[in-house]
This record gives sequence, structure tokens and C-alpha cells, in this order.
Amino acid sequence: MTPLKESNSVTAGGDTLSDVTSGGNAPGPVPDDSLEDLTAEQLAAQWEDEKPPAAGALANAASSLVVLGVGVGAVVLSLAMGLGTPAAPEPGLWPFIISCVMVLLGLFQLVMGRHNRDAEKFTRMSAAPVTGLVTLAAMVAVMPLIGFELPSLVLCIIWMKFLGGETWRSTLLISAIVVAAFYGIFVAALGTSIPHLF
Amino acid sequence: MDFLNPVLNGFVVVLEPTNLLYCLIGVVIGMLIGVLPGLGPAATIAILLPLTYNVEPVTAIIMLAGIFYGAQYGGTITSVLLRLPGEASSVVTVFDGYQMAKQGKAGTALGLAAIGSFIGGTASIIGLTFLAPVVASFALDFGPAEYSALALLGILLVATISNGAKTKALIAAAVGLLLATVGRDVFTGESRFTFGSLNLADGIDFVPIAMGLFGLGEILYNLEERHRAAKAPSKVTNVWPSKADLKQASGAITRGSVLGFLLGILPGGGATIASMASYAMEKKRAKQPERFGKGAPEGVAGPETANNAAATSSFIPLLTLGIPANATMALMFGALLIQGVTPGPQLVEQHPDLFWGVVNSMYIGNILLLIMSLPLVGLFVKILRVRAAILAPVTALITLLGAYTINNSMFDVTLVVVFGIVGYLMKKFGFEPGPLVLAFVLGSLLESSLRRSLLVFGGDPLGFFSRPISAALLIAFVLVAVLPGIRPLLAKRKTAATGVDDTTKIKETV
Repeated sequence: MTPLKESNSVTAGGDTLSDVTSGGNAPGPVPDDSLEDLTAEQLAAQWEDEKPPAAGALANAASSLVVLGVGVGAVVLSLAMGLGTPAAPEPGLWPFIISCVMVLLGLFQLVMGRHNRDAEKFTRMSAAPVTGLVTLAAMVAVMPLIGFELPSLVLCIIWMKFLGGETWRSTLLISAIVVAAFYGIFVAALGTSIPHLF
Repeated sequence: MDFLNPVLNGFVVVLEPTNLLYCLIGVVIGMLIGVLPGLGPAATIAILLPLTYNVEPVTAIIMLAGIFYGAQYGGTITSVLLRLPGEASSVVTVFDGYQMAKQGKAGTALGLAAIGSFIGGTASIIGLTFLAPVVASFALDFGPAEYSALALLGILLVATISNGAKTKALIAAAVGLLLATVGRDVFTGESRFTFGSLNLADGIDFVPIAMGLFGLGEILYNLEERHRAAKAPSKVTNVWPSKADLKQASGAITRGSVLGFLLGILPGGGATIASMASYAMEKKRAKQPERFGKGAPEGVAGPETANNAAATSSFIPLLTLGIPANATMALMFGALLIQGVTPGPQLVEQHPDLFWGVVNSMYIGNILLLIMSLPLVGLFVKILRVRAAILAPVTALITLLGAYTINNSMFDVTLVVVFGIVGYLMKKFGFEPGPLVLAFVLGSLLESSLRRSLLVFGGDPLGFFSRPISAALLIAFVLVAVLPGIRPLLAKRKTAATGVDDTTKIKETV
């Protein structure tokens, strides 16, 4: 196992190496045993290969339609607020301008973006963020009722054990320490009013 | 020497124990997240925004700035040792840094990067010290017309330079502008897009949006990719580069400082783009370009210097014009607004302690970082043993609990989760959250100055062209908007003519 296998994330604040080999001289697949001696171009191509598979035209249509939908909705709502004139604008004018721009951009994207490959496919791996979201939403729902401690503990256990593949022993131990630390910081030390059970 | 008085007073501000402590906290956190792949500086700053509520504005910004430039130092370490860029701005360092490490010169590479970063950062602070007041005094005459044009140009530049499809970035910016209109209209007092919700009556807060889109969105997105614990690398010895190495890299460091400083000032520019540009420039200038990619010290020193210089100089548009040049600066803008300070040309005059305190804290921060990255580098390498599986729930919990503490309201927490979903989906569908947050921050400024100037011009949009500065800015706006349409044609002709390609064409991520 070379470090490179683990390096599929260079996403520090977004992805980075979108079009490193722009000139179309992308080197072919590199045999595994020469991984240590990659040139910069090969390395960049390697990263490109390790990115999740790109989604197709359907994803583009879906996201463009969402943009269109929001844009049209905002146009309707801003018209209802009243436009006025540029010299004496009513509250709807500015949102109206923005939402018109949005509708135009959405239409443009719908038509021109069909062949773009900058969206990512949802794969089996996408189950992890969905699970993560469900736990977060559940935590938000129950926190006001039973405090943050138990939901946090459950969240930690699910994320570490099932999403992260930690062993039971380290999961339980670290989860308990994390929750205790949060209790110590937010309740005992800072005295915030976070809903807590104990 | 009157000019120097506020500068010296700034040092007094920095040397207050609280500020020194927060500076240290900031750079240590920055260094840590720089070393850890996954969370970037923008996400970290977003998550930690609630921390800044109860401290002085100057202290808060000193810490947040420390996170930002500290991450530039930290990102280098993993690039060199593991071929794993910790930050986007350290990607090009991998090419030569890792090769140097393989040749047993890891210490030299890290040392050169640290010294380059220090020199680049310091040179940029000095540039900032002299340039910022000039820009600010120039901008003091700006009226609403100039501000509308400037904000429009800033949003457009950030959107077009950002990573990925430009149309998508512009859509994100439009969504940001639309979100900014939620709440009470300042001119007429009428509610807009509140759907009868009292929670929305005062508009959406900046912090939940930033925490959700940058923080939670990124955490969720990272869940999809497994970061296994990286192998702890072999021991790093002798981080002090030899005289010969320093001499070889000195040109690259000088050029990197200047290039980074200039690219950092431009809206949409920043650390990542500066490091790419510096690598390309060094390779082009080198007598034997084939050495690059095989462990050329200039290939490490140049980009690492440039990214730090750019990180520092990108504060200039924020602190002097009130226009953030990239997403991280948009977060700083938000943090200042929370504190009741509106960044803009008056900042130097009205809050000299804040302005010079923040600027001068960067000297201290850079010295701290130099100390941490040379003798203490081994300590930070150990951080790599912390597994992402453990880090993810901890950061998620910090985000949720932190969001609660802002207003003691579950509504904010819910908003964070909602924007977390939006942020995750945006990333999946190829929309960068950066332009959205930036446009959201500038939204109300843009609307109010636009409406105010239209009042002045009697409703005639051509009035913007009657003032030279707003006219020039708007012409620039049109050029930037039209250029991407023409550029493929130009590029096609160029490629056909020369057949050359540029291997380091990697775009900025904001």
C-alpha cells in the first residue's frame, strides 16, 4: 500500500486538480510498481482518476431544473411584492432582477451544460453522508428534549463504528471521552445554555 | 513620521497577552488543519466563528487570520512527506517536495518551504503596511455608485475564477444574493421571502450559512471518501537548509514573494492560484526545466513563498475597500460584521488599533509558525495518526453545539443542518459554495448602494457611466463577463499555433 492510494482527497476547500493536463497529453495508466517515480503530470492524472465517477446529463438537468424552479418561484414572489420604477423601487425590484438572472443562468446551464462532467455520481459510498445527515437531523430533533449528551454519544458511535470502521473498543472509549470533553467545555467551563440532561 | 505612529500602536495591541494567546491559538489550529487533509481553512474558520462572539474584534480577527496563514505552512508538511497535499495551495509542492524527500532531503524541502513562507509572508505584510492606507484613502471618495460597481465586479471575478463551471459559480452567486434579500427590506420595511416565519423576519444570519455550507457540507462530503490514517513518515532530520540550497532557492523566493503579493490582491486570486503560477514561472525560467518534478528546490520554495504572500495580501481588498477577494475573506468580513465593525476605507481611520493590530499580528504569527515548522515539525507530523473516522464526528458536534451557542436557539442549529445538506449537494453537483457565501455577504451592500445610486441618478442606469471610477469598474465587469466566451476561441488559435500545453493549469478553489 503506497501513500498515494490514500491520497484521493486533495480537497482542501474544494477540489483542485480539475484540469491539470489541459493540453490533452494525459499520460496513460501508470503501472502500480512505478508509483514512486511519477512525474508531476502522471501524478495529477492519477489524482484525476481517483476522483469519484462523474455524473452525466441527468444530474445536470436535475440541478438546472432546481435552479430554474427556485428562480421562477422567486420571480413570482418578487412580482407579488411590487416592482416600482428604478427611481422609486418597491421591495420586489432587486429580488426580481436577481431571480431573472438566475432563470437565465439556469436555462443556459440546462442547455449548454449537458456535456459537462463536473458533477459527481451518487455511489454506494454516498450512503455514508446520508446516514450522517439522518443522525444529525435526529440529533437536532431530540436535543431540546433529552439534552445533547446521549444523542452526541449515539452520533459518535454511529459515525466512528459504522461510517468510519473503527473497532468497537476504540469507538466506545473515544465516544465517551468526546462527550465528556464536550460536557466539560460547553457546560462546566463555559456555562452555555445548551440543553443538557445531567 | 506621523504615518508610523498608528503602526507602532498596532504592536502595542498585538503584544497584549490575550491577543498574543489568540494569535498562538490561531496559528496552531491553522497548522493542524493544514497538516490534516480534509478540512480546509475556510471550513475551519466557519466552524469556529461562534468562538469569536465573546472576544474583542481585533482578537477575533487575529485568531482567524492566524488559522488562514497557518494552514499555508501546515499544508506543506504532508505534501513533502507523504505526497498528500494538506491544502489546495500546497498541491504543486508535492511535485518536487516529495521527490526531495525520497532523496533524503525532506528536511531541506521543509526548511526551504518554511523559510520561503516566512519571507513571503513578511514581505507581503510590509507591502500591506504601505499599500493599504494608500488604497483606503483613495477609496474614501467612493460613493454608492462606485460601491455597487466594485461589489458587482468582485462577485463576478470570484465566480469566474473559481473552480469548475463558471455558469454554476454564477448561479451560486445569484442564490447568495437572493438569500441576502430574505427579511425586512431596509428601504420600505416590508418583509421579503419570510413566509410568515418570525425567525426569518430579521433575515438569515451569516454564521449558520457559513457553518452549514463550508463546515458541515465539507464534513459530509468527506464522509464519502475514506481517509485512512496515513503512515507516519520516517523521521525528519536536519531541517536547516544548507547555504547552497538557500542560494539556489533565493531567486524563487524573491519572485514568489512579488508574484504572490500581486495575485493575492486580485479578487478571485489567492493562495492556490499564486502557488500554481509561481511553479509555472519557476519552471519556465529555469535553465534546466527537466529538473522540475525530480526534486528541484525552487519548485518547493517558489510556490510555498507565493501562497503565503498571497494569503497575506488578500487582506488588502477586505481591509481597505470592504470587498472580500475570496471565500475565506468573506468569512473574515462576516466575522467583522458580527463584531459591529464594517470593513471599508474608514477602517484605517476609525479603528486604527484593529487595522494595525491585525496587520502586525501577522509578523508575530509568522515567527511562531517558523518556530513550529522548523524545530517542532516532528510534533505536527504525529497528528497524522489521528484518524478521519474519529475527527469527523468531533468536528460535526463542534459545529452543531457551536451553532447553538450563537443565539441559544435551535433554529440556528436547524439552519446549519439545512445548509449542510445544501452544501453537500452543491459539491456533488459541481457548484462551489464559495461564490454563494461571498455574494451573500455582499448582497445587502450591493442592493442598498445600487438603490441609493439610482436615487441619485434619478432612476437612470446610465448614470453609473457618468462617474469615471464606476464607469471604469463597470467596463471591467463587462470585459470579465464577456472574456470567457471569447477565450476558448483565442486558446484554440494559440494551441493550434504552438501546440504547447500548460501542465500546471489548476484553478483556484475559494
